[in-house]
Amino acid sequence: MVERGFDIRRLPGAATLAIACFVILYIPMVILVVNSLNGGQSISLWEGVSLRWYAVALQNEGFLNAAKTSLILATTAALVATVTATMAALATTRSRGFRGEGAINLILNQPLMVPEIVLAIALLIILAQIKQATGYMGLGYLVVAHSAFCIPFAYMPIRARLQGMDLTLETAAADLYASRFYTFRKVTLPLLAPAILAGFMLAFVVSLDDVVISEFLKSPGQDTLPTYLLGQLKRNLTSEIYAISSLLLLISVLIVAGSWLLTRKKT
Amino acid sequence: MATDAETLSIRADTRRRWVLALPAVTIITLFSILPLGVVVAYSFLTPGDYGNVKWIISFEGWFHVLFERDIFDDTVSLSDAHLTIVVRSVLLSLATTGITLVLGVPTAWFIATRPQRQRAFWLFLITIPFWTNLLVRTIAVQEMIRSDGIVNRLLLWLGLIDAPIQMMFTNFAILLGMAYVFLPLMVLPVYAAIERFDFRLAEAGYDLYASRLYCLRKVVLPQVKAGIIAGSILVFVPSLGAYVTPRIMGGGTTLMLGNLIETQFGQGRDWPLGAALSLTLTALVLVALVWYTRLTTRERRDG
Repeated sequence: MVERGFDIRRLPGAATLAIACFVILYIPMVILVVNSLNGGQSISLWEGVSLRWYAVALQNEGFLNAAKTSLILATTAALVATVTATMAALATTRSRGFRGEGAINLILNQPLMVPEIVLAIALLIILAQIKQATGYMGLGYLVVAHSAFCIPFAYMPIRARLQGMDLTLETAAADLYASRFYTFRKVTLPLLAPAILAGFMLAFVVSLDDVVISEFLKSPGQDTLPTYLLGQLKRNLTSEIYAISSLLLLISVLIVAGSWLLTRKKT
Repeated sequence: MATDAETLSIRADTRRRWVLALPAVTIITLFSILPLGVVVAYSFLTPGDYGNVKWIISFEGWFHVLFERDIFDDTVSLSDAHLTIVVRSVLLSLATTGITLVLGVPTAWFIATRPQRQRAFWLFLITIPFWTNLLVRTIAVQEMIRSDGIVNRLLLWLGLIDAPIQMMFTNFAILLGMAYVFLPLMVLPVYAAIERFDFRLAEAGYDLYASRLYCLRKVVLPQVKAGIIAGSILVFVPSLGAYVTPRIMGGGTTLMLGNLIETQFGQGRDWPLGAALSLTLTALVLVALVWYTRLTTRERRDG
C-alpha cells in the first residue's frame, strides 16, 4: 500500500517553494511593466493605462542615441568574439593534446575569473592614458573591451559542440579528395552553425547587459542603454525609466523566445 | 626518418593551432590580462597628488587595505571602515547564496520532476529573468521596496504599519536585490544535475527499505552535489564583486567591496589602495574558484 504512494520525485514543500520562487521572480517585473503604463505625471499616482511614456522615451534623443550605441557595440563585439572564438575552438578541440593547449584554455577563460569591477578599473587605468595620448574618444575602446569579455561566452558553446562532433563525416569528405578548406566549408561549418549562432547570441546579450565596464570606459556623452539608464536613475524615478526598462525586458523576452523556438524546431 | 617526419608534422599541427587561436588569445591578453598586470604594478606605487600614481615603489597601498595610521602620532591600527566593508561583502554574499539555495534547489527539483513536455515551459520562465538586464531587474526590486513602493503601500493599507518602513539603502535592500538578480544562476546548474539523475536509483534504495530522507541523503545528494556546488559558486562569485546592485539598493551609504574600489579611483583619491583592494577581491574570488575545482575533481576521482 505504502509502496504505491512512494514517489521520491514528490518532495513535500518543493512545489510550494518552487511556485513561491516563480512568483517572487515575476512580481517585480510585472509591477515594473504596469508602472510603465501609468498615464499620470507622477510615479506614485495611478491615472489610467496609456503608452504615453513609451512615446516620450521614443522621442528622447538621449535614449535613442544610447540604443543606437548599444546596438552597434553589441553587434560588433559579438561578431569579433564569435569569429575569434570559433577559430580558437577549432584550434583547441579534436587534438591529441598539443603544446600550450592548457595555456590557451586558461587565457580564453581568464575574463570569467576576474570580477567585473576589477576588469573595469584595470581597463580604465590603461585606456584613460591612451585616450589622453591619442585624443581618440570613439567607440573603439568599448568594442575591444566588450570583445575581450565576450570571447569566453562565445567560446563555450562552440567548443562543446566541436567536442561532441562526429569525425567520420569529415574523414569521409577527406577520403573523397575534398580539400581541407572545402571540407571545413561544406561539412564542419554547417554542423557547427547552431553552436556559432548560440555563441553569437550569448555574446550579444552579455555585451548588451554590461553596465560596469561600459560605465567606466565610456567617453563623455557616449552612453549605452544600461549606462543611460544608470545615469537617469541618479536623478529621479520617472515613468519613462520604467518604460525604457520594460523595453529592455521585452528585448530579453524576444531573444529567449527566439532561441527557444530555434532549438525546439531542431529537436 | 619516420619519426623525424612525425615530429615535423606534430610541430606543424601545433603551429597551425596556435595561429588559429592567436586572435582570441591576443585580444584577451591585451584587454584583460595586461590591464590586470598594470593593476598589480599600481598597487606597489605611491598615490599621485591629483589621482593617478607617482612611480615610486611603496607598500602603503597594501598596508591600507587592512590598517590605518593615525595622522597625529603615527600609531597603527586596524582599518575599521575597510574591515567592515570586507566582512559585509563576504557575509552578504554568503547570505545571498543561502537564500538562493533555499529557493533555487526546490525550484530546480520541481522543474526536473515535471513531465518532459512541461519542463521546457518552466525552464523558459527561469531563462527570461536570467537573460534580462541586471540593471532592469534591480530597478524592478527597488520599485517594490521604496518608501511609497508596493510593499509599503500594501502594509499601510492593511493597517500593519503606520508609516512607511525605510527598506532602501540598507543591508536588507542589498541582500534582497542580490538574491533576486542571482536566483536564476542557482536554478539552472542544479536543474541540470537533477535532470541527469536516474530516479530508478532512488526507487531501488526505497525497495531496500531506505526511508525517504535516507534515500535523499545517500542516493540523490551525492549525484546532484556537483550541481549544487556549481550553483553556489555561480551566485557567490558575482555577489562578492557586485557593484551595480549594491550601488542602487544600498545608496551611497551601505557599500560593498566593489563600491569601495570605485571610490578610490576618483579625482585625488588613492589609486594604489584601489589597486590593492581590487587584487584582494580577485584573490577572494580565486580562493572560491580553486576550492570549487578541487572539490569537483576530488568528487570525480572518488566516484
